[in-house]
Formats: sequence, C-alpha cells, structure tokens
Amino acid sequence: MQTVEGLMAGDSRVAVLLGDIGVWGFRRAFAEWPSRIFNIGVCEQSMVGLAAGMAMEGMTPIMHSIAPFVVERCYEQLKIDLCYQALNVNIVSVGSSYDYSALGCTHQCPGDIAVLMALPGMEIIVPGAPAEVDRLFRQAYSDGSPTYVRLSERGNESSRDVNLGEILVLREGAAATVIAVGPVLDTVLEAVQGLDVSVAYCTSLRPSDEKFLASLTTRKVVTVEPYYPGPLASQVRAAVGGRMLSVDAIGVPLRFLHNYGTATEHDLAIGMSVPQVRRRIEGFLDA
Amino acid sequence: MTRASRNGRVTVPEVLRLRRLIVETAASAGEGHIASALSILDIVWVLYDSVLTIEPSRPDDDARDRFVLSKGHGSLALYVVLASKGFFPEETLRTFAKYDSSLGGHPDWHKVPGVEASTGSLGHGLPVAVGMAMALRSSQSRSRVVALVGDGECNEGSVWESLLIGAHHELSNVTCIVDFNHSTDRALSLGDLSAKLRAFGWETREVDGHDHSALAEALRSPAGGPLAVVATTVKGHGCSRMEDDPAWHHRVPTSQELTEILAEMQ
Repeated sequence: MQTVEGLMAGDSRVAVLLGDIGVWGFRRAFAEWPSRIFNIGVCEQSMVGLAAGMAMEGMTPIMHSIAPFVVERCYEQLKIDLCYQALNVNIVSVGSSYDYSALGCTHQCPGDIAVLMALPGMEIIVPGAPAEVDRLFRQAYSDGSPTYVRLSERGNESSRDVNLGEILVLREGAAATVIAVGPVLDTVLEAVQGLDVSVAYCTSLRPSDEKFLASLTTRKVVTVEPYYPGPLASQVRAAVGGRMLSVDAIGVPLRFLHNYGTATEHDLAIGMSVPQVRRRIEGFLDA
Repeated sequence: MTRASRNGRVTVPEVLRLRRLIVETAASAGEGHIASALSILDIVWVLYDSVLTIEPSRPDDDARDRFVLSKGHGSLALYVVLASKGFFPEETLRTFAKYDSSLGGHPDWHKVPGVEASTGSLGHGLPVAVGMAMALRSSQSRSRVVALVGDGECNEGSVWESLLIGAHHELSNVTCIVDFNHSTDRALSLGDLSAKLRAFGWETREVDGHDHSALAEALRSPAGGPLAVVATTVKGHGCSRMEDDPAWHHRVPTSQELTEILAEMQ
C-alpha cells in the first residue's frame, strides 16, 4: 500500500482500481488523488477492461483484488485486453494460494501462476518480503508490459536485494541446487540446514533468469514453489536443453483443499512444512 | 446525391458502394461476417461522416474522438468506412484475412490506423471504452468515446457491469450504441432493451439504424450523462437473401450468388 501510494504521489499517470477490496486501507489515496483511484465494485471482468482503456489513454493502472477474482474470474480479459493488446497494466493480488484457508476453496488460488504463465507477455512477480514488493514493483510497474504481483500473507523474515528477472544464489553446495520461490525461502533455508546443496532465490517467474538456469551445474535441481508446482521447474528443464538433469518440483498438490483452519495446518497437510520439505529433499538426494 | 431505398430511407451512393465492397472483399477472401457488417454499416458511416471529430491523417491525435467496435466480427464495415475516409488505402482491403494482412476477421488496434481496440471476443469493448472515457475525463479532455455493441453481445455480463459503472461515474463522454438486429432472440430475449438501459442510468434513444439523418440526430444531440442509442437494424441489410437469415452469419457467397447480390446492390 505504501508502495502504491508512493507511486501515485510521484507519478501522475498512476491510477488505482479496486474490486471493492482494500478500500479502507487506501483512504488516504482517495482523499489525495480522487480522480485517480476508483472503487470499481465487484465486477472484475469490467475492471480489467477499464484498466485497459485507461492504459490506452496513457495512464498506468494498478488493479487490486483477491487472487482468484483478479486472475481466474477474469482470465480472458487478462488475455485479450491486457496481453494481446500489450498494455501497461499492473495486477496486484492478495490471498495467495491458501492464505485464506479458513474461507474455503472459493478464496484459494494456488493455480494463479500456472495459468498466468500461459499468457504471452505477462510479467509475473512473487516477492517474499514487503521490501521486495517495493523494489520489484518499482522496477516493473511502468515498463510497458502487463505485470502480475503476487502478495502473500506470509513471507520471509528478511528481504533480499532482488531484481526483476534475476535469481540470487544465497549459498553454495555440490549435491543439488534448491531454488525457492518468494515466501517459501525461509522454509527452504531451514529445511536444508546441514545439507550440501546450493540455495537460490527466485522472485520473478517472467522475466526469468534464463542465464542462471542455463548455467546450473548440479545434476539435481529442486524447485520449491508456493503454488501448484511446475512453472519454475519447467523453466529449468527448458533452460538446460538436452543436458541430463533430475528435477524435483515441490509445491501445492493439485487438489482442492477442503479443510479450513490455518495456513500452517495446511502446510502440514500437504507436505510444505520444514521437516516435510527436508525429508523430500533428502529422499531426492539419495535417489 | 442521395437516393431512397425501398424502405424509404435515404442512402448516399458511397454507402451503397461500400455495401458492395464488403461483399466483394469477403467473397474474394473467402472469409467474413458479411451480414453483421451490413447490419452496422450505416451506423459506422454516420459516425465517421458526421459525428466523430477525427482526422484520418492523424488517427492518434490526443484530441480525437474514439470509436470502439466492440462487436469485432463486424470489422468489414469498419474497414470499408476507414478506407473510404482515407485512414488507409482502399487497396489494402484486397489483403483482407490473408496471412500477412493488417486486416483480420477481427480488428487489431496495433495494425490498423483508426482502430481503437482489438476486439472479437464479445463483451470486451464497452468496458475498454468506459475506461477510456474515465481516463479522458481525468485528463480534462473534451473527446468522446463511442462503443458499438451487438444485441447478442448484450448477453455478456460485462456489458451490464460497464453500464452500471458508466452511470455510477456519470460519464457524459461515453456513448453505447446497440446494433439491435435481434440476433439474440433465438437464444436469450433482451425484453424491453431501452427500458433496461434507462433503468441502468443511461439516457436512451431509439432510432432506425439505417436512417442516416435519424442516427446523426440521435448521436449528435448532447446528453446529460452516459448515452445509449438503441439502433434497430436488419442483419444483412441491403441484401435480400441475407436479411435475417442466420445461415449467412459467417458465410461467403458463391460466384453465382455474388453476381446476383452485386446486381441487387446497384
């Protein structure tokens, strides 16, 4: 929110469209820039079209709602209005994967990254800490492409100096490279303590760090993604070409999570807790 | 020079020529929604002839009025009018729907001078037009935005969302024309469309969608808020074998049919 307000203050092209979500939080923006912030209402399809029309007129819109509504509900609008027309519109979601576990499956969205990867031109950012949101979004918000920013309720204790399209190597090891995406970095770092593995940190799926992925030297690679696994793992496979490489893709299993409770309880139920991730990596290293 | 059609409407010779050009272009390409294009040709012609403020040699001028063809399958009508008005050479129509043509079955705003949005999937153009209108108002522009939707397109919920939004924000710079050729009747009745549009907060005018002077009057008279124009039209207008025959929705004529159609359109 501070990031968006900062951009509104410094860039008169920036407009904010809310799907009746976060309105109270943006009360300062409504007071200061009433001609550039709109509570559009619960109509996500039209909100995307409106943002497209605004971008065509030179504005830099930022749309905001809960992930399933701003991605899956209006997917064709994202495809046609934003990506096909190649417009500078930003989508900022909250409620990643099972953040809102107590609200049930209607408010969960572990499929967002997989479906957005199928949209040509869509930039995809998965920050793991608030300072990373600010840093990555400022790099991407006015670069001419549609950009998706995935905000998570949970994240890492400290932020890293991440950049758009760049994977950071945080520690070196020989047995495997473990690449953590966004908010699961702390889980991964704790899980691999004492293991002879490299740990890399990815916060942007597109643009991807093809140079880093193509230069992977370990024979085994583990990707740990906080959504349906595969987007980063498939990038690894594509980058290494014909080289023999074993890839284990860890992430949220492809099934509806029918229970409620807390996100931590769901971590345990689906194998995303620290000891479970460690056992999975150890098993992969021994295989 | 004008002449009266069999319905008593006055049609300018250039529009009669454009009708033939639509049919010839589609027949040559083996592609095109001819009947839909003929349904909206008079509306699009009137817009560019006497309603919109736009200079063909400067299609990106900030001060221009915008026209969004939301029912993108009517592209041939837009293309022939844009060519007639000088947005691009008429020879370009000969490339219609070919591999490397700028003119596709649905319009692409990156490729065609004068096309304001890439449309085709229904229910997208009006939200985009409303967004344009909001941005133009925010920048204190005096330009207006006109969107043309089909009555079948009005099945889409996004159309009605956008109507709510346009009314809520009191956008007096946006106009929504409905090409009411009753395509929807076989699927989903719109009932009293004008009453619905008024109930959604749009000043609504009903007009014969093939009557140029009535269209111009309806589209040029100022409105106090968002304006809807329900234009009653005939799908395939001017071609008796196509008029209101669903078989012609996405069909091109044989060479024999083409000869007969062009003879009728003289």
